[in-house]
Amino acid sequence: MRVLSLPTDRKSVIGLLVLAFLILVIFPAMLDTFRLNMVGKYLTYAFVALGLVLCWGHAGILSLGQGVFFGLGGYCMAMFLKLEASSPEATKIQSTPGIPDFMDWNQLTELPWFWEPFHSFPLTLLAIILVPAFFAFVIGAAMFKRRVGGVYFAIITQAFAAIMTILIVGQQGYTGGINGITDLRTLLGWDIRTDSAKFILYFVNAFLLIGCILLCMWVGRTKFGRILVAMRDKEDRVRFSGYDVSNFKIFVFCFAASLSAIGGAMFTLQVGFMSPSFVGIVPSIELVIYCAVGGRLSLLGAVYGTLLVNWAKTSFSESFPELWLFGLGGMFILVVMAFPNGLAGIYQTYADPHVTRFLGKLRPKPDGKLPSAGLDGAETSSAPAE
Amino acid sequence: MSETDFVLAVESLGVSFDGFKAVDDLTFYVNENEIRVIIGPNGAGKTTVLDLICGRTKSTSGSIKFKGLELTRMKEHEIVRAGVGRKFQNPSIYEDLTVFENLEISFPRGRTVFGALAFKRDAQVRARVEEIAETIFLSEHLGMRAEYLSHGQKQWLEIGMLLIQEPELLMLDEPVAGMSVSERKKTAELLNKIIKNRSVLVIEHDMKFVEDIAHKVTVLHQGKMIAEGPMERVKADPKVIEVYLGH
Repeated sequence: MRVLSLPTDRKSVIGLLVLAFLILVIFPAMLDTFRLNMVGKYLTYAFVALGLVLCWGHAGILSLGQGVFFGLGGYCMAMFLKLEASSPEATKIQSTPGIPDFMDWNQLTELPWFWEPFHSFPLTLLAIILVPAFFAFVIGAAMFKRRVGGVYFAIITQAFAAIMTILIVGQQGYTGGINGITDLRTLLGWDIRTDSAKFILYFVNAFLLIGCILLCMWVGRTKFGRILVAMRDKEDRVRFSGYDVSNFKIFVFCFAASLSAIGGAMFTLQVGFMSPSFVGIVPSIELVIYCAVGGRLSLLGAVYGTLLVNWAKTSFSESFPELWLFGLGGMFILVVMAFPNGLAGIYQTYADPHVTRFLGKLRPKPDGKLPSAGLDGAETSSAPAE
Repeated sequence: MSETDFVLAVESLGVSFDGFKAVDDLTFYVNENEIRVIIGPNGAGKTTVLDLICGRTKSTSGSIKFKGLELTRMKEHEIVRAGVGRKFQNPSIYEDLTVFENLEISFPRGRTVFGALAFKRDAQVRARVEEIAETIFLSEHLGMRAEYLSHGQKQWLEIGMLLIQEPELLMLDEPVAGMSVSERKKTAELLNKIIKNRSVLVIEHDMKFVEDIAHKVTVLHQGKMIAEGPMERVKADPKVIEVYLGH
């Protein structure tokens, strides 16, 4: 099994450029605004998939509750937009003007305290990053300090996703309930419902995604990134090398949560609403499937996986709505059984050697900092060739 | 009660699992620069003693003092940072990383989350990793993924990962188990090289190897110490012969 955690610099740069070209040039040139907005929506899920690559692929922490963090980010953004859409003039027919319509329907007469910060755009941006990180910190600290891991952790995150959904649906007056927060109109006075706004938001989202990929690549290349891999492999060895393993797990879990929340916020902006159907168990598991199909060890693979599964979902569910879930399940089983490293693993096995050869032709001598594996003249029992 | 010039002072140490006393009222002291070997039949509690010292298992009674620090109340990573290194019985290395990266992770700098994010592979780190690799006969393999090393090389790599931490007390659990004769010889040579300026606590079954390296031997049987002293004396002890060396 090859690990894609430490790609050589040049290859990952080229890979990122290819992806950037695809989402910044090819998609906008080939798709109409409706389809482009749809791709933009898919790409918001890719933020979650990136977090899962670090958290699950590299560090071995499987979370089945990433939808919660996606949702928290989305709700933070939706709360800001909703307050902007609920100015006293726009809501003067309500019995309490100036509060969101669903609060008025639920007989609330004043804005709840936790909605207050969302009058401010800078505070909202801060909340998008920090609120999910805070929740992740509480769960992470409670679990990892007690050395709860593996499947138990996965089950607890899943329970957390269920709890969040029930909470949001149940507290209708504060959250908008099952309908979510809808009828969002403007961002700082800029109408987000027009075609041109959707076009611009697509690019904002795309650039944010590329920025996040770069950030994740950087994290993966630091010693922190190598410790994540080391922890997945031999947790005790890391602990007995003087590291507090739980802190590393908490950090990567919080980091993944914040990434997911950025995606959630961009989802709200591009789709124009947020609802509990993006928070619960089913979307959380779907997000894991995107990551698995793309390859849980590869950041770029996860983005392609997200695009591919969603494209398949859209095309299949348009033609065979009742069969789609079986298709998704089948795809997941196929990947787990046959291609444990997903699309990225297939690429690594079949296409990468050719790409390497091609690149080698372009530039004769790649910088050979370290002797390549398997070519040493060991006199002891020789290691198996790759 | 404990004297401060001992590097390690284990006193009336005990641990029981569901009433079974794995280690029972154990007391021993390790001097500076001493190589102490713990021997005893299977199930005597040897590995448990190492687990207790490095914090993997919590004791139910007694005390473990390392340079005056009470280890029984410290967390694993704090014990490591205080200067206690531990090698596991099965080679415990990071198979997905290269030999260089394995050693680098053990280099005692940047051990917090943000320290690890800011960690730079500078000349000092490189020089130290190369120096250790030389000592553990792996200079040629720095860029190789650790999973492709032979069993013996993996054992050396783990020893190297401990050396780079510069522990004052080094604990090795069966360092030559499963090694070929030539590898075993090289390991003895390696151990003799690395014991300078530190105390070493070794668990080993290979009597020839024990005789080669041990200054003093502690014999455990059913969680209790039954003999202690230089190898020649312990070897002649009728109790030791009965429970361990006899068969």
